[in-house]
Amino acid sequence: MSVDAATVRRIGHLARIAISDAEVPALQVELNAILAFVEQLQELNVDGVEPMTSVMPMTMKKRADVVSDGDIADKIIANAPVTDDHFFLVPKVVE
Amino acid sequence: MTDLTSLTLAEARDGLATKSFTAIELTDAHLAAIERARVLNAYVQETPERARAMAREADARIAAGAGGPLNGIPLGVKDLFATEGTRTTACSQILDDFKPPYESTVTSRLWRDGAVMLGKLNNDEFAMGSSNETSHFGPVLNPWRRQGSDAKLVPGGSSGGSASAVAAGLCLGATATDTGGSIRQPAAFTGTVGIKPTYGRCSRWGIVAFASSLDQAGPIARTVRDTAILLRSMAGHDPKDTTSVDRDVPDYEAAVGKSVKGMKIGLPREYRLEGMPAEIERLWTQGAEWLKAAGAELVEVSLPHTKYALPAYYIVAPAEASSNLARYDGVRYGARAEGRNIVEMYENTRAKGFGAEVRRRIMIGTYVLSAGYYDAYYLRAQKVRTLIKKDFEDCYAAGVDAILTPATPTAAFGIGEKAGSDPIEMYLNDVFTVTANMAGLPGIAVPAGRDAHGLPLGLQLIGRPFDEETLLSLGEIVEQAAGHFTPEVWW
Repeated sequence: MSVDAATVRRIGHLARIAISDAEVPALQVELNAILAFVEQLQELNVDGVEPMTSVMPMTMKKRADVVSDGDIADKIIANAPVTDDHFFLVPKVVE
Repeated sequence: MTDLTSLTLAEARDGLATKSFTAIELTDAHLAAIERARVLNAYVQETPERARAMAREADARIAAGAGGPLNGIPLGVKDLFATEGTRTTACSQILDDFKPPYESTVTSRLWRDGAVMLGKLNNDEFAMGSSNETSHFGPVLNPWRRQGSDAKLVPGGSSGGSASAVAAGLCLGATATDTGGSIRQPAAFTGTVGIKPTYGRCSRWGIVAFASSLDQAGPIARTVRDTAILLRSMAGHDPKDTTSVDRDVPDYEAAVGKSVKGMKIGLPREYRLEGMPAEIERLWTQGAEWLKAAGAELVEVSLPHTKYALPAYYIVAPAEASSNLARYDGVRYGARAEGRNIVEMYENTRAKGFGAEVRRRIMIGTYVLSAGYYDAYYLRAQKVRTLIKKDFEDCYAAGVDAILTPATPTAAFGIGEKAGSDPIEMYLNDVFTVTANMAGLPGIAVPAGRDAHGLPLGLQLIGRPFDEETLLSLGEIVEQAAGHFTPEVWW
């Protein structure tokens, strides 16, 4: 499988990465090189093979359903680029 | 007094214990070495004040007859580990001036045991790379150069700063992470020792996530014993990482020097790549002979799905990365680029903040997870991963204790040499290391010889799950036979 220019733009949008028209041809070549490389997996027969979801078999531990921290709003917003009081600010979403 | 930066970690520990020197002297010697070696670009941030404060505390503990197993030992920390109050960027522009209000579990264990932080080490952006050339802070130089040449070489990646700093005597050991070879490949390129433990051995909490099902922390140091000492402090269960394993951490150092007599070592025929340089082939044979001389039995084994590990990795890792890196949106932390609306703000932030290799991998990951392609790519890659793991399981079930392979297909290459338009050329660096990540197994890289230009070459040993000890015992045999590797100081 390979991607065309329109697909490169669509992936960019899905990934929320702005792509200029000038960048599309080079990206298309690079992505297609990677897709051609992974294409060899198609020659394997994987019928009946379980997909791996956990590389080390283990039962996931569950913690008690209790509040274990909180009241750290100052710490949470400390690294934000734009804040007001204890809120993150973003461009207007709803008109 | 001997140069304190040329000691091994174990020697420094013993010297502190016998009061041959103080922790502050040891730290100051390293801070001075770091200053002299800035041209290597190994550190992206030096933290001398914090280092001296920690060293003074270590000296106070020594005076009081207390102190943990790493008391007063100066270490470098890969910039992928969150360090409380100290800028942590994963060497990406998008994290800007991020100062974590928390400490990663692995580093907090090192400080618990008395270690001293010298600073943060350079790495490929978000650990995506095999040469440390994708870092926003620029490439790291390998302290090794080809004989008679002053060409700049890469230290490997993604833990290039860690490997370079350890090799150049800018710390006694360093933290690193390994998703596809990022501990072992740079260790091999710099004549240092690096061990990637079994998946789950170290907590991933507080480490900037790349591919969560593959990422694992581990140490790089100058000797096998030193990595054993560090690993014991780094490993252990953490309730904050549900994939960290709740089992006792052994005294890894006790495994160093243990007899390997009667151990069965597999030599996988699929690692004998077509066109493999003769010097790599010779190194591999030499390593096998050393282990045989130590009483191990060598057997040829087959890992039939080896060639599919790298392509499967380049589906699994970007897919997980595209998901993990979705958090960098210019809202909660990091740099923001403005836009006319929120989507444009996201798109501009991420286009500006991520470097080319990271953008490329996020896009591949987004594509293979997108509607209509999930089964053909991601699901298939997960199935292939099961097959790769089964290859190893069959091998170990047949009585093999560990597997010996070359660590890398070549010695260190030049800066810019593999920066062409074909990303696959760079990806092939990890062809021998990536299988251990896909199967979750421990792997160690130990320097074992030199190429025709005098550059270090490494051998890799891959072990059974949670049997790092066997790797340390075997690794020390190789180390004893091959000797130590120290670059000539030119910086």
